[in-house]
Amino acid sequence: MVLATGLTLVRFLLMLAVTLVGLLAMTFVIGRLVPIDPVLAVVGDRAPPQVYARVRQELGLDLPLIQQFWIYCKQAITGDFGRSVLTSNPVLEDIGRYFPATIELATLGTLIGTIIGVPLGVFAAVRAGSLLDQIVRVIGLVGYSVPIFWLGLMALLLFYAKLGWVAGPGRLDIAYDYLVTPVTGMLLVDSLLQGEIDVFWNAVSHIILPASLLGYFSLAYISRMTRSFMLNELTQEYVTTARVKGLSESRVVWRHALRNAAVPLVTVIVLSYATLLEGSVLTETVFAWPGLGAYLTNSLQNADMNAVLGATLIIGVTFVGLNVVSDLLYRLLDPRTRTP
Amino acid sequence: MPRLRDFLSAMVFVAGLSVPALAATPADTLVQAWQFDDIITLDPAEIFELSGAEVAGNSYERLIGYDINDVSKLHGVVAESWSVSEDGKTVTFKIREGRKFASGNPLTANDVAYSLQRAVLLDKSPAFIITQFGITKENVKDKIKATGDYEVVFSMDKPYAISFVLYCMTATVASVVDSKLLMENEKDGDFGHEWLRTHYAGSGPFKIRDWRANEVIVMERNDNYGGDKPALARAIYRHIPETATQRLLLEKGDVDVARNLGPEEIEAVSANDQIQLQRAAKGTLYYFSLNQKNEILAKPQVREAMKYLVDYDAIADTIMKNLGEKHQAFLPKGFLGAVNDTPYKLDVEKAKALLAEAGHPEGFNITMDVRSTQPIAGMAEAIQQNLAQGGIKMEIIPGDGKQTLTKYRARQHDLYIGQWGADYQDPHTNAQTFASNPDNSDEGPSKTLAWRNAWDTPELNKQVDAAILESDTAKRAKMYEDMQKEVMETGPFVIMFQQIEVAALSKNVKNFVLGPSFDTNIVAGVSKD
Repeated sequence: MVLATGLTLVRFLLMLAVTLVGLLAMTFVIGRLVPIDPVLAVVGDRAPPQVYARVRQELGLDLPLIQQFWIYCKQAITGDFGRSVLTSNPVLEDIGRYFPATIELATLGTLIGTIIGVPLGVFAAVRAGSLLDQIVRVIGLVGYSVPIFWLGLMALLLFYAKLGWVAGPGRLDIAYDYLVTPVTGMLLVDSLLQGEIDVFWNAVSHIILPASLLGYFSLAYISRMTRSFMLNELTQEYVTTARVKGLSESRVVWRHALRNAAVPLVTVIVLSYATLLEGSVLTETVFAWPGLGAYLTNSLQNADMNAVLGATLIIGVTFVGLNVVSDLLYRLLDPRTRTP
Repeated sequence: MPRLRDFLSAMVFVAGLSVPALAATPADTLVQAWQFDDIITLDPAEIFELSGAEVAGNSYERLIGYDINDVSKLHGVVAESWSVSEDGKTVTFKIREGRKFASGNPLTANDVAYSLQRAVLLDKSPAFIITQFGITKENVKDKIKATGDYEVVFSMDKPYAISFVLYCMTATVASVVDSKLLMENEKDGDFGHEWLRTHYAGSGPFKIRDWRANEVIVMERNDNYGGDKPALARAIYRHIPETATQRLLLEKGDVDVARNLGPEEIEAVSANDQIQLQRAAKGTLYYFSLNQKNEILAKPQVREAMKYLVDYDAIADTIMKNLGEKHQAFLPKGFLGAVNDTPYKLDVEKAKALLAEAGHPEGFNITMDVRSTQPIAGMAEAIQQNLAQGGIKMEIIPGDGKQTLTKYRARQHDLYIGQWGADYQDPHTNAQTFASNPDNSDEGPSKTLAWRNAWDTPELNKQVDAAILESDTAKRAKMYEDMQKEVMETGPFVIMFQQIEVAALSKNVKNFVLGPSFDTNIVAGVSKD
């Protein structure tokens, strides 16, 4: 186990290094190849030529590409991703501000998706072909094929505008803004830490709709995968053996079959979490949620290359990290994979 | 996302949703939903974007102001009065006494001179508004000087029309900043620029408490303000990019003002008796232009034909409904000398005759670079259909703003559609950009719109230069009228509309002001019932 973990760590570091360099190179090249002039982002449309030339030089864009890349790599290693044009802040500081909002949203979304999706998938597998199974499959299909921004707007119309059950876009009502000082950046956590119960509930009423939406999105995937893993397990011999031994059906399903299905399922859940972390862009736009997805889109549209490169890297690192986590969990849950 | 919006509007209509306004915003706070992703700085010496200008307009005071109902009337703000030397090359401003910055520091002639010098020395995008009077980094300390506690002297290389000088002093770049506070926050001789990009050092009715890019701007009442203090304690702008969401928030009472509704949404909320609409014509024009590097587009008959191949009225009634009005000259309505005639309308026969004369009776193929946002994209599609009537097959090349602009500035387009906003309220700003191109080479230092379209303008250059030296206002106005007519008839610009800004407000909001420019959208007087 110790050896395995050590190996994983080495593999993780290697994978991280390779991924980082690859990501850096790719985003850098794309950033330089796109027919967008980053100088314009700084000086605007009407700057006189001498201002333009000066800024171009300041940004180092007059240097050869390879030299620019080298400078960028050197800075990136020290965590210096430069300054964002759009926000005037160091990119790392921006990421520290926007990423927690995304993490909060994606975590809650994944929790909702898992808590509901796994049991749904199990039930569907146990009663394969039944009405319940059909319903679960339809839910999954809808969640998979309907554009998430459309669902988001419809949900806003219904639950916010018409029924008034939840609060609207944004993370907090204006009146509650500034009552909590950011510690983790996650409002639900920070408000509880500081005993601001009102703020907590207000934050809940804001996050519940977008999180449910993301939850639904991942639920669709998780329930479908759970169903197929469970179907696979339920036909295995050990299940038959357990039944023959006279174990109750629920014990067979929940203790034996699910336990084995959980191994690949963990990967599914972790990957779906990673997808929510990087892919909640549209949700963040519809709900005016100031997260990393919104930050990245905005930077892209404005040719704010430092921000684009920084945010892409962070997402890449997170993705690699989560992959390793799912790998580790896999090993923990399935002893067979531990033998080298 | 036009289809998304259309669909949403339709859904709302079908569902018959009528949401009562609940006024959930705090009583002492004005909350606006606004797209302000263009803000990149809060330093008035650097601000050159529309949203940034509006924030500065509410939080900083400039030397001079103008009457928003009659732009031709100027008045002092920080300056109490001014006098011009006999040779017309020096303006002396008398500064109001007893004013204070939000920090508590007194506002003196030193701050005024420091602010203008600082803008020149920092040399950010809008610095040319001051340097165009022959002021350079080298001579600025002599040219702009405090000659007493309350007197500033501004010297120029030529006797420019005084109204031209004064209008430039109404621009955001002429905002007065707190020199003492900035010197305390100075780093490596940057005049406090790094700090001021995200902080505040002004004397306006509101002070900026916080700006989080693409999230929120929070302004608070400045109790040291020398004028009438705002009725409300706070004014908050929330960045809401999706216009359908803005409408929802407004109808639910979670915001007091929605600033970026589309034509259908405006139509829809106008039926709601809890919501009022306010409109103002802005100094921004929508146009498309013909790159003269393209041999076909360089033919005078082709330029003229294009002007007859746009269905201005149809576009005004649909895509631009509530967003713009027909306008075909380079000076927006309200500017000195603005020509408000609209001689061009869709006339396919005439256009065909012109094309035949140019040697293209069957038309030709051409491309247009189009930013994929509304209303630009919608207009481009309409123009595509109009041009087809004359046999011109136009292909739309979509891109985002920075992408199309990069190509435009490199003079690599055929047709480019876009908008142009005046930098200050004097006619010179647009005359220079549409009619002046002193060096048409690819390296030409003055990259005006005439240059971007490779339109050589030897005669107009002289007229543009002469007009800023004409001190007789009536004569000066006539000069701009002539230039506009010339550009309208022969230029490579098909100017179509002047922008109208529409704000949708909750009924209880009073005294919200939309001015002719973005820095005159003023919330200081707002109160709520």
